[in-house]
Amino acid sequence: MSRVRKYAAPLAVILVLLGAWELAARWDLISNALNIQDFLVPAPSDIATSLWQDRSLLGSNAWVTLKEVVLGFGIAAIAGICFALLIHLSDTARRAVYPLLIGSQTIPIVILAPILVVWFGFGLTPKLVIVALICFFPITVNTLDGLRSVDPDLIKMMRALGAGRLQRLWRVEAPAALPYAFSGAKVAVSVSVIGAVFAEYVGSSSGLGHLINQAQAQLLTSRSFAAVVVLSAMAIGLFALVSLLERRVVTWDQGEVTRT
Amino acid sequence: MLTRLREGTPDAAVDGRTARAGAETLDAVGGAPVEVSGVAHSFGELRAIERIDLEAEPGEVVGIVGPSGCGKTTLLELVAGLRPPDSGSISVDGHDGAGERLERCAYMPQRDLLLPWLSAVDNAALALRIARVPRAAARARAGEHFERLGLAGFEGSRPDELSGGMRQRVAFLRTLMAGRPVLLLDEPFASLDAITRAEMQTWLAGVLGPDRHTVLMVTHDVEEALYLSDRVLVLSSRPASVADRIEIGNPRAPDRPAAVTSPEFAALKERALRSLAEGAR
Repeated sequence: MSRVRKYAAPLAVILVLLGAWELAARWDLISNALNIQDFLVPAPSDIATSLWQDRSLLGSNAWVTLKEVVLGFGIAAIAGICFALLIHLSDTARRAVYPLLIGSQTIPIVILAPILVVWFGFGLTPKLVIVALICFFPITVNTLDGLRSVDPDLIKMMRALGAGRLQRLWRVEAPAALPYAFSGAKVAVSVSVIGAVFAEYVGSSSGLGHLINQAQAQLLTSRSFAAVVVLSAMAIGLFALVSLLERRVVTWDQGEVTRT
Repeated sequence: MLTRLREGTPDAAVDGRTARAGAETLDAVGGAPVEVSGVAHSFGELRAIERIDLEAEPGEVVGIVGPSGCGKTTLLELVAGLRPPDSGSISVDGHDGAGERLERCAYMPQRDLLLPWLSAVDNAALALRIARVPRAAARARAGEHFERLGLAGFEGSRPDELSGGMRQRVAFLRTLMAGRPVLLLDEPFASLDAITRAEMQTWLAGVLGPDRHTVLMVTHDVEEALYLSDRVLVLSSRPASVADRIEIGNPRAPDRPAAVTSPEFAALKERALRSLAEGAR
């Protein structure tokens, strides 16, 4: 019962919006208002039809994008956690690397992406670079915050029990940082999909970004919308996967270890 | 040794005699003399400790009472080598280096500071794991003491499933498992209710007697200090100095209710309370 109630409200909102869109598109309200051809405004039912008819096309391209996202995210997660640990353990490393970390976030991907295509071609590499670059910052910064969040009394207690620097890191700081790392990962995974599609948009021969690009050139608007639906579903699915993993791993009350 | 423990009655946790028998199974390390002379400490402009001298022999319990904020915790941290003193000298077992002192002291902080992702037995075994004892062996060694501490059956429980008193006992066991000659207890029972605290005092009295640990115990409970200690230092308010030094003739008497209501005890308590009041001025 409570499960039904939990999902009823958001479902109703989505259905109402879809219904309104369906009617507005069917009655050409949007295309008339914008003064454009009516086939440029697909109704939800048209998008659903396209999802079904183009399923193999959408599926094979989604698979390409998914690989880019997962690999790029994985690279960023490993690099981000290593960076966070390095910065946390060494003041020298912090001074040396921190500007680089901030810099990584200030690079305009829009400028970088075409250059990467020129350097690496239409293959996987430029996509991985873009996705990893986008994911790297939230993961690193959140993990670093987590490592530094530990109650100083806990550290003192560990020292009193004879724990050296690495033991304190491994036994207290790293577990305490896990919820933070997961927060970063959730932010990263939701934006990573956009990064992958943009990278494909700039130059590729497959992937959902490539598909959207082609569909738009052919004025197949319902197909581009269908691709966007698949993309959103992918992002939501990945987010849910990370959340699920978080709930499995972080089973304690984090309030007990952070400084008050 | 394990069998002897298992023979203990369920209420062994509050039975001094049984605790004494079991105490031999605590990694019996014996005590080490502690000497603090002329120690002073400031936090920036704030003078926390003016000048403190204290000495404790193996097997002795030195109680430290004083008004809140007078630097009692700081004193323990100085002894443990967790902070350097501004002046004066501290030696534990004849060693005055901070690292050497840290190796000889087990510090039990005010808060239990249990790690929420570890079970009770893993928390208790933390010192052993830090000393690179394999997980199974560490669990077994820490687990041996659970019954005596009234924690039997809670080995696998996470800290958030334990009561305040149980958490404190796990923290105490964690301190003991460090196997150090000097125990530094910072208000070990402050968070417990009066009845549980009295039980824990009786239990602690039973453990400390034969174990020969050197114990420095900070508390704001004058009765607790007078009952458990061989010597009680009454500190003045900040900046702290020793306002009174009370020697206790018969510490840790097995019959606690009789001991803490005797006329001699009452006289000592009056003296301590007066010293506290004078020192707070």
